[in-house]
Amino acid sequence: MTTNNENSTSNGKEREPKMTADQGVKTNSLSAVANARGEKKAGSNPMGSGLEARGVHAWFGKHHALSNVTLDFFSGTVTALIGPSGCGKSTFIRTLNRMHEFIPSAAFAGEVLLDGKDVYEKGTDVTKIRLQIGMVFQKPNPFPSMTIGENVLSGLHLSQIKMGKAEKEELLESCLVRAGLWNEVKDRLGAHGGSLSGGQQQRLCIARSLAVNPKVLLMDEPCSALDPGSTLRIEETISQLSSTMTIVIVTHNMQQAARVSDYTGFFLSDGGPGELIESGPTAQMFSRPRDERTENYVSGRFG
Amino acid sequence: MPSKPWQRTPREILPSLAILFLSLILVIGVVEFTGMKGKLAYIGLFIPVGTAAQFFWSLYKYGMKAAKDVIASSIMMTGAIAVFLPVVSILLTTFIKGLPGISISLFTNDMGKASFTDPVGMGGLLHSLVGTLYLILISVLISVPMGLLTALYLTEIRGPGSRFIQFMVQAMSGVPSVVAGLFIFSAVILTTPLDTSGFVASLALSILMIPTVTRASQEVLLLIPNDLREAGLAMGATQWRTVAMIVVPAAKSGLITASILGVARIAGETAPLIFTLGGADKLNPNPVNGLQSALPFYIWTGFRLGTQESVQRSWSAILVLLVVVLTLFTLARVLGSNSKVAK
Repeated sequence: MTTNNENSTSNGKEREPKMTADQGVKTNSLSAVANARGEKKAGSNPMGSGLEARGVHAWFGKHHALSNVTLDFFSGTVTALIGPSGCGKSTFIRTLNRMHEFIPSAAFAGEVLLDGKDVYEKGTDVTKIRLQIGMVFQKPNPFPSMTIGENVLSGLHLSQIKMGKAEKEELLESCLVRAGLWNEVKDRLGAHGGSLSGGQQQRLCIARSLAVNPKVLLMDEPCSALDPGSTLRIEETISQLSSTMTIVIVTHNMQQAARVSDYTGFFLSDGGPGELIESGPTAQMFSRPRDERTENYVSGRFG
Repeated sequence: MPSKPWQRTPREILPSLAILFLSLILVIGVVEFTGMKGKLAYIGLFIPVGTAAQFFWSLYKYGMKAAKDVIASSIMMTGAIAVFLPVVSILLTTFIKGLPGISISLFTNDMGKASFTDPVGMGGLLHSLVGTLYLILISVLISVPMGLLTALYLTEIRGPGSRFIQFMVQAMSGVPSVVAGLFIFSAVILTTPLDTSGFVASLALSILMIPTVTRASQEVLLLIPNDLREAGLAMGATQWRTVAMIVVPAAKSGLITASILGVARIAGETAPLIFTLGGADKLNPNPVNGLQSALPFYIWTGFRLGTQESVQRSWSAILVLLVVVLTLFTLARVLGSNSKVAK
């Protein structure tokens, strides 16, 4: 599962859409990028039914931040959430693993079904939900008091999962391999997480999320603090992970959405609460969107 | 050849030094030949004269910006010296006056058989040293857990009553130390079977130490980025485990500093001990039963008795107290930075 660095980098360069031409061409190149991905059909993966959001509303105090979002995330696919700032993408993604409720004034309505079970059902153990729905944040945030190895395995200690020493080492390696970080850190697992570069730290955070074997991985703008090279590595990691889990990624970067996702959801707020304007297969969203606002956004006319 | 163009060359510095030297001579002359007297006159005159001379030289040589820089630098330097001088003076005086009384017998004897007029070597401060160590130990055992848990409640849990507790902590940190002693005297000694002892004195010191530890710990915990808490919670951890495994370890060295600040607050306290410790002359290794002594208390009594010998013993005790506190601080720092993680 180790990646060939040079090969993939050159691949990525080819995939990078040319941005010099005018807006119309940009749409075309984006849809070309999106079309270049092999299309994944819903239900093509026998890993359960994935994650479904049903009529999700979110409030911060009296402010209605998100209105009536219904969106399915099929297992084994990558879904990108795009939209301008303040449209509720991040709020939405945080309702999916119940991180939303940590904001003191937050309120919620609707259902989020994980394999058919509502995660907001009364009596649900929130910590169990978060074990199944992992999260990667915008800023890389490895735990500063832990080494690289301890960071990866921190999920086990945090959620009190017992495991033998040999198993732990195996898990450590497999997580780092899956996150595409093993080759860079295998000789210094005892070093501080903070000694890594930003991109490496973010991949360490991905490896950390993988250790508890979640079914779903939520990524809230995971590359917005990273340089293009690191972004590319993360995108490769996402592509590789998508065969084994459901991935939801919030991004401001439409090229990124086109490159990594199978499905795309477009959020927009016209002053009121954020809404899901349109969702569908990524190739369709970028080449022939149904809604005019989506068309305007993906063609770069606003946002 | 690497160069540092932003630094002045010796040739540029030399005139400045010469000007400072000239103004020093001028100041000495003025003080000698006018009615002014004392060290303060030299300092009070040299600062403005030297600054002014430098100001005009810089103005002439480098222009207005450099001249303004001279004024600003001079104000900073004056401030720094004003802060630094008392510290140096305290340390120097303590060493000069305390060192002659330091001997092995000082650490092996107590004042049980010695009278305050006996030669310095006859008496000692063993009983006070032991007492102070007990006081610090018991106060730390009471105050650090309480202060730390209060800080965690206020910053992590933010549960009911947080604002009231915050207010109380702030009010407590303003309690005069003698009042803390009086409070324990009336609340513990007068109403319970407990009599003046090391433990009761530690209770009084804890009243001073808890708010210090709490507020310093709070500051440290607030510095821990929220990302880390969210990351922990998103990994399926309970709040308790997130705090215990991520927040507290990340804040460890700061929390140790907070505890040190607490120890610093109480190590030299004398007033609360007057009502609560008793003040023994003999070594008493039992902090729960019987009178004990402490170094600040010993120092205070020594100066109050006023004989040459007891004053000398007091100066030496000040030196010992300084060294004890310094040792504890260093120890805590070393333990705090002793991380198993390789850098």
